[in-house]
Amino acid sequence: MHIHFLDPYRERSSPIHALDPRVKLVLTLAFILTAALTPVGAWPLFILLFAIILSVEIISELGVLYVLKRAALALPFVLAALPAIFTIPGDTLFSLPVGPWVLRASIPGLERFASIALKSWVSVQAGILLAASTPFPDLLLAMRALRIPRLLVTIFGLMWRYLFVLVDEALRLMRARAARSGLADQPGLKPGGSLVWRARVAGGMAGSLFLRAFERSDRIYMAMLARGYDGEVRSMPLPALRPWHALALVIVLSVLLLLLVMGFLFW
Amino acid sequence: MHHSIEIERLSFSYPDGHPALKDVSLAIQPCEKVALVGPNGAGKSTLILHLNGILVGQGGVQVCGLRAEKENLGRLRAMVGLVFQSPDDQLFSPTVYDDVAFGPLYQGLPVGEVRSRVEEALHAVHMGDYARRVSHHLSTGEKKRIAIATVLSMKPEVLVLDEPTAGLDPRSRRSLINLLRELPLTMLVSTHDMLMVRELFPRMVIMDEGRIVADGPTQQLMDDASLLEAHGLEKP
Amino acid sequence: MLLSPLPMHIPDGFLSVAVSLILWFATIIVVAYALKRVGEDLGERQVPMMGVLAAAIFAGQMLNFTVAGGTSGHLMGAAIATILLGPWAAILVLTCVVGIQALIFQDGGLLVLGANIFNMGIVGTAVAYMAYHTVRRLTGERLWGILVGGFVAAWLSIEIAALGVGLQLAISGISPANIAIPAMGGIHALIGIGEGLITVGALAFLYSARRDLFQANQAGPVGGKTVWVGGLLIALVLAVASPLASAHPDGLEWVAEQKGFLDAAQGPLYNIIPDYVLPGISNEALATILAGIVGTLIVFAVGLLVAYSRRRVQTS
Repeated sequence: MHIHFLDPYRERSSPIHALDPRVKLVLTLAFILTAALTPVGAWPLFILLFAIILSVEIISELGVLYVLKRAALALPFVLAALPAIFTIPGDTLFSLPVGPWVLRASIPGLERFASIALKSWVSVQAGILLAASTPFPDLLLAMRALRIPRLLVTIFGLMWRYLFVLVDEALRLMRARAARSGLADQPGLKPGGSLVWRARVAGGMAGSLFLRAFERSDRIYMAMLARGYDGEVRSMPLPALRPWHALALVIVLSVLLLLLVMGFLFW
Repeated sequence: MHHSIEIERLSFSYPDGHPALKDVSLAIQPCEKVALVGPNGAGKSTLILHLNGILVGQGGVQVCGLRAEKENLGRLRAMVGLVFQSPDDQLFSPTVYDDVAFGPLYQGLPVGEVRSRVEEALHAVHMGDYARRVSHHLSTGEKKRIAIATVLSMKPEVLVLDEPTAGLDPRSRRSLINLLRELPLTMLVSTHDMLMVRELFPRMVIMDEGRIVADGPTQQLMDDASLLEAHGLEKP
Repeated sequence: MLLSPLPMHIPDGFLSVAVSLILWFATIIVVAYALKRVGEDLGERQVPMMGVLAAAIFAGQMLNFTVAGGTSGHLMGAAIATILLGPWAAILVLTCVVGIQALIFQDGGLLVLGANIFNMGIVGTAVAYMAYHTVRRLTGERLWGILVGGFVAAWLSIEIAALGVGLQLAISGISPANIAIPAMGGIHALIGIGEGLITVGALAFLYSARRDLFQANQAGPVGGKTVWVGGLLIALVLAVASPLASAHPDGLEWVAEQKGFLDAAQGPLYNIIPDYVLPGISNEALATILAGIVGTLIVFAVGLLVAYSRRRVQTS
């Protein structure tokens, strides 16, 4: 049973894939920050941000549709910003009678909502690109370069390694439960048990999962000891940053800075 | 008169494109005991998961005349007792009693009936006084038998087991084989344990690379050494 | 792919930069301390234990149970992690879970990751710790004390964290306080019940299988007092501030406008075109059209370049 739905990395031979992971991580964060700082209603800037991210998607050979499709999954939270349309004061664009109330959609409200949605959409795409173009071990390297404590990065790495194993166990637990969730032939029965019972069963599954994970971690610890582990995390030194990659970093950061400056000046 | 299991030209590919089953057809009579053998990756587990609708492929799967379709899944799961390879994934309740009671409780059976079913099931696997025990603390052999009890309590028509003797020491293995011999149900067992196949299962089905490559009397197939070898098996 | 369907992971763009940075600051401090404490408490075991348990919580969040009709309940795990591992280890574990969810699955944004870790990992943990140990102190050794404590801890961990999210959304000017806070608080009051029930189920299982896991945390560690107080403060602040804020959204709107001052429209350099611009003002529309043209050209050019280079690779 393959669980690679958990691994978003898609191998390609694109320049984006080849780009130093540290540069990619910094640029992703810078991009998201730029989007966040882009003022409400600065449509030209949003368009340019979209142009940038679409270009990266094309260069990365991951497929624009693929990225957009995955981005759509992360958007239901947008609903949280819907009230902005109706509560920010300004000229009314249209009214929506809902029962006894009348919701008035204002233009500033719509602009605010659209800005939030666009910022969010473009940021999610950046995140997807990072995850899909960078193998996880490289992401760990990038995290180390960002001065995230080595201990935390190691724990992260171990978590990733066992994520697949434990998610597999969770899926099999649910499968075993489904296999025993049958319906009897007798009429007049209420299947499914009570809510409390179902929650208890699910809780038991969770408890069982944790317990086995706990005991597994003991075995892993012993395996690490057997290979000389002494509690101190040692890893390979970070490779030097190659000049082209540094150049790419500087160029993109400058472009983003330019967009930001335009935003501050004109909006 | 229905076959217990009737699989007609079943094909299935995993989401990542890997074709696991190619045009598989199989018919099993009531009370027949059939062994499913083949190398790892042959598709044995995949085939088994189609029997109670956990996986759905192209082609026909019927159990006791009931087609494996969305509306029938509830009934199907009560009729097919599926025991997975790893007992740890099947014993997820605090006590043995809770695990064995899950099936009947889910069906909404009255408490008295649940209790008697649990007793019967535990009795059938010779673990009558284990009801209050904590599943987590049992040995592998005990867990495997309890796992069987958890499906017996649903009174299935068909018992399907995935690698029942894997990981067992000789004594536990012997008691499991004796247990399987006693149970009067229609049985389909996927296994690498060729000695058990020869002892318990009059009919053997060999799978390889998603297809059924042989289906016949165990005795006859076991004597064909070249057939066995061609599909990663050894004569016991 | 959203594997953890709790509506608490805030995406990028939904918190103001100021709020994001403040919460990042707080999170970094707490997580750094947690790393130190866990290092002292667990020593060398911490890497395998934290890593695998983080994976277990992640996997555990996939487990579901039918609540009613099509909806299902899930586990977030702050309460169970805190009860079993103690607050500092729980913070680390949840940091990893929330971090991976954001980085790999875009479940929650990257800029707002600090806030998400703060809400689910720190607030959730502190409040759960406070609630659980309060109940245990009152009920003593008994199993039902563990179960009740677990339920309360779980429910509070979800509810208080949700109130925090609502407040953060309101301060950021995304959603008015009198909608965001009751909405988050209301929905999660129900979700919290699911979390409570599944936490109780897990505790019952673990109590029967490994009672020793519960003995370990009996003697509340010295640092535990800090967490207890912190948890209580957070819970009180959020529980009091939230209804206040939703009752007086204008006050909060005023705050939002001030914050908006920093990153939204009112820049100090020019007397800018404010938010309230009417469509059709010529230079605004012109700028947008220009940007559209430039943007399209860029994408087009990039597309051509990539196609061209690919063809060259194929023919060579």
